Amino acid sequence: MMNLLVIFVALPLFAAFALPVIGRLLRRGFDILSVIVTASLSACALYIIFNPPVFPLVYSMGSWQAPFGITWLLDPLSAFMLIAVNVITFFVTVYSVNYMEQYTGKWKYYCLLMLMLAGLNGVVLSADIFNLYVFLEIVAISSYALVAFGTEAEEVEASFKYMILGSIASAFILIGIGFLYAKTSTLNMFDMADALSKSALNSRLLIFVSALFITGFGLKSALVPFHAWLPDAHPSAPAPISAMLSGLVIKTIGIYALARIFFNVFGINSVTSELLLALGGVSMFVGVILAIGQWDFKRLLAYHSISQIGYVVCGIALGTPLGIAGGIFHLLNHSVFKSLLFLNAGSVEYATGTRDLKKSGNLQESMPHTSWTSLVASLSIAGVPPFCGFWSKLVIIIALFQANRPFYAALAILVGLITLGSFLKIQKYVFYRKIKEKFLRIKEAPVFMRLSMMGLAVLCLVIGIFFKPFFGKIIMPAAETLRAGREYFIMILGG
Amino acid sequence: MIIFIMDIALFLTGFYALLMKRNLIKKVIGFGIMEYAVNLFLILVGYRKGAEAPILSGKITDVLFVDPLPQALILTSIVIGLGVTALMVALCIRLYQRYGTFDIAEIRRLRG
Repeated sequence: MMNLLVIFVALPLFAAFALPVIGRLLRRGFDILSVIVTASLSACALYIIFNPPVFPLVYSMGSWQAPFGITWLLDPLSAFMLIAVNVITFFVTVYSVNYMEQYTGKWKYYCLLMLMLAGLNGVVLSADIFNLYVFLEIVAISSYALVAFGTEAEEVEASFKYMILGSIASAFILIGIGFLYAKTSTLNMFDMADALSKSALNSRLLIFVSALFITGFGLKSALVPFHAWLPDAHPSAPAPISAMLSGLVIKTIGIYALARIFFNVFGINSVTSELLLALGGVSMFVGVILAIGQWDFKRLLAYHSISQIGYVVCGIALGTPLGIAGGIFHLLNHSVFKSLLFLNAGSVEYATGTRDLKKSGNLQESMPHTSWTSLVASLSIAGVPPFCGFWSKLVIIIALFQANRPFYAALAILVGLITLGSFLKIQKYVFYRKIKEKFLRIKEAPVFMRLSMMGLAVLCLVIGIFFKPFFGKIIMPAAETLRAGREYFIMILGG
Repeated sequence: MIIFIMDIALFLTGFYALLMKRNLIKKVIGFGIMEYAVNLFLILVGYRKGAEAPILSGKITDVLFVDPLPQALILTSIVIGLGVTALMVALCIRLYQRYGTFDIAEIRRLRG
């Protein structure tokens, strides 16, 4: 099991550098190799979920024990994140086989994608705060490059914006790490939790570091005052990368890292919890309001990402078991259906050459598979039972009511209704609207693109229908690790 | 203490240039200054006045050592900064090819 843990970072890293060499030997070698790599990683993640080891599993790099060396941690939460990251990446890679034919330099694309995957897995597994920063930068750099992959004017511009704000975020996070190190003289998260719990005079420093981290990770996860880059960067990337960015990157290097540090290292207190709740509520509302006026398919989806991230943050910030469970359940669901929606938008653009909602129509007949998968995803994001998004939103709203926050609960319901309207608009304008003589002889997306979209749509349905065992077996233990807070990490340090 | 304040001033200089300068190249330089201020901060965290280089030589004495860990960290951080700067400059070149200008105020084809 220990060796399995290393594979999650080592294999994609190895693949990123081996692809250009080995991939040339075969016809379509790049495609085959990347799909094999991501498929085997998903298989490993599934293996961990179905044969869970004794949690928490701590891996020490080079056998340097916990306070000194770099440690990795596999617990229910990181296992849960691993499965989300690797399975979505697998579907995205399958999609890329056909979609990326439009671009030159496909192998460069796969290299960067594999680097991004290695970084994402590293962020999820790392229990060393500087190690986490390094993996976070790997993800960030590869995503800057991937946003600009088309090298058209708009794409480069969006990437530059993203890069400026992203590097400010990274600088803030690194300064925060510097302050923490100055205070605790350790970088290991377990040891840091222990040291922070012992010193009583640290509260002012901790508030300052919290502010730095909320700004830094808030920029990375596009919470509302920090969201300016997202609506440009996510639509400008190639569709599979939009799916990765909206589905995984903002969650892993934003929400997951934030939650891990704030809950397990700092120990959440009422001030940060209140602040995060407010940020989440504002993101939820502003994101969906900005989405209303959009007519660009992908741009509209990007604004909805901001809004849905708001739900996740609201749930997690509550700090109650049900709230955290709802938050991370919504995180998983959002990564499934938002990736699917971006892939749908990509295949519509692939077939028709436009992503302007006003110019499309009739696609329900000519692209039946894209149409039904996007209907599933739209109903999921809008929270219609029995699709997966309904359950997680329901859990979050119940948790908000239970925690005696009716205002946020009402806001969540209102935002859900606006989201439903917004996605009905997409369905109508892209697929069900009849325009004369337009797009009737369009070809459906190629086979691998179809397969990947169908896979994700089935996943939406399966999670929705088998919600109960899924929630009890996977989500609740993962939520418990966050709820247990700082004591949990101190317990791991003690062995 | 004064040196920390100067370091923060350096950081803010870079931050200002990164956000407010209109010229892309000046933005990249601002990023470099900011990155260096962060690295300097990490080094200062490990600095002890009058301490020696942390090299163990046979017998352990009562010599005060500087903390070597931040030095190892900034090596990593410098490499990351190099990667980001290289990518930034590459994007600047592309932007110049597409828009014919380095002025950020004229590079706004995207809405919002």
